[in-house]
Amino acid sequence: MSQANPAKKIINDPLKCADELFEGLVLAYDGKARRVGTRSIVMNDLRPDAPALLVGGGAGHEPIYHGLIGKGMADGAAVGEIFAAPPPDIVLEATQAVNRGKGVLYLYGNYAGDVMNFDIGAELAEEEGITVKTVIINDDVCSAPPTEKGKRRGVAGLVPITKIAGAAAQTVDSLDELARIAQKAVDMTRTVGVSTKPGSIPATGKPTFELADDVIGLGMGIHGEKGVGLIPMCTADELAAKILDLLFGDDLALNAGDEIVFFVNSLGSTHMMELLILLRGAKPILEQRGIKIHHTIVDNIVTCQEMAGVSFSITKLDAELKKLWDMPCESVGYTKL
Amino acid sequence: MSKASLSKDDVKAMLVLACERIIAAEPMLSEADRNLGDGDHGLGMQRGMTAAKEGLEAGPVDSIEKAFNTVGMKMMSSMGGASGAIFGTYFRNGGKALAGNETFDAAGLAAFLKAGVDGVKQRGGAAVGDKTCVDAMEPAAVKAAEVAGQSLPEAIQAVAAAADAGKEASKAMVAKFGRAKTLGDGCIGFPDAGACSVVVIIEAFRDFIAA
Repeated sequence: MSQANPAKKIINDPLKCADELFEGLVLAYDGKARRVGTRSIVMNDLRPDAPALLVGGGAGHEPIYHGLIGKGMADGAAVGEIFAAPPPDIVLEATQAVNRGKGVLYLYGNYAGDVMNFDIGAELAEEEGITVKTVIINDDVCSAPPTEKGKRRGVAGLVPITKIAGAAAQTVDSLDELARIAQKAVDMTRTVGVSTKPGSIPATGKPTFELADDVIGLGMGIHGEKGVGLIPMCTADELAAKILDLLFGDDLALNAGDEIVFFVNSLGSTHMMELLILLRGAKPILEQRGIKIHHTIVDNIVTCQEMAGVSFSITKLDAELKKLWDMPCESVGYTKL
Repeated sequence: MSKASLSKDDVKAMLVLACERIIAAEPMLSEADRNLGDGDHGLGMQRGMTAAKEGLEAGPVDSIEKAFNTVGMKMMSSMGGASGAIFGTYFRNGGKALAGNETFDAAGLAAFLKAGVDGVKQRGGAAVGDKTCVDAMEPAAVKAAEVAGQSLPEAIQAVAAAADAGKEASKAMVAKFGRAKTLGDGCIGFPDAGACSVVVIIEAFRDFIAA
């Protein structure tokens, strides 16, 4: 008798999860996207003669990143193993497939393995004459102080950032312009996450971190990276206030009259019920400050298996970003009418 | 009978030996990593070098540069993550320094080791003393530059000793990267697993050249 996996994952082979989820994702696109090479996915119908938007990262956080390709979203994605960056040849194959002669923007989260592998992929692409620019997502407020933004990780803010960059990729003609807008979306986005329970590693069934039953990890990363501290379990209203306090305490000025996209994200198993109760608690606090929610997202899009917890992301919209935000988009992970 | 200089076919054979040595060293490398990290370094290196060996043996090599490049590319693509990028960069960047070379001698060894470690430092941001593979790579490169005028068999002996001394020195260091960083002083006494891999590779070069 094999040892029961405490996580009770409904899978076939723990070592083939990345490949098999990838094959399933291609099917979920109903023929609108195709597999390229080892483990890249690329949309079929791309705007000709335009700069391309490529996202990517490790698997196991579905639907990101590879589920964010689509109409008005990213053109393609390079997919790694479970929780491991895609190697450079996968980045290269994706780059070649999305490039339409105007170059490729890499947009991904700030993790050492991703940065190294995408950088090497960029060098390989440049050797083939493909121009590459990179914008790194670092929206996680609690992972480093504002003075050390280079150390901040990329978390749920990647959804509004990718949506805005995807809209820009539909409208701009140059890679420089696409990179400028994507960077602006990063600069205007902040996220704070909290965790109540770990996810598990599919290959081993072991939890990704440990957390006592009666505490909440404030500011924890999506792989259980250490946050800013532990707090006792509390009500949704109290937690919403604490998360917003951390967001208001950061260096993105949020003043009366500002318009934002507000994204309440489940890290995996936290239920829509809880997300909605948290949203209900957050809205009056934002209103008290005169901040206007232009658009609300309540969903689980940036996850770590069955990890429990939630994150709030705020993207501040100026006129340019608002116009891009209002364009429709369609993808497996996020669709906006 | 040692080898004064290597042809491209010799270099290929030397790299195949290095692959075989790493594959065989998997239990030692995994054990080294279990003391400090998540214990997967040996398996990752074994996977990378298995792919590299297959790549080298797939057909004749065009050049010395290409032989090193094949190892780098295969390691990167089969390993992924940070260590695939780091060792891939080592062989790829090191190989670039040998572009156009018809033979591999002590000067070539020095050029390879210097360009390799420079690439790794630039890619990952680690310096000597951070308890990483750089702690074996850097002293090997420094020694190779000193002995670049000597015969290849003499030079590789000195370089392998320098790499091993660097790996030994890493035992006393406190890690600045990776999971080992969270151990603080708890990592003192154990060598860095990546540095252990570097020593296995350079000792394979030494033994091939000496044979």
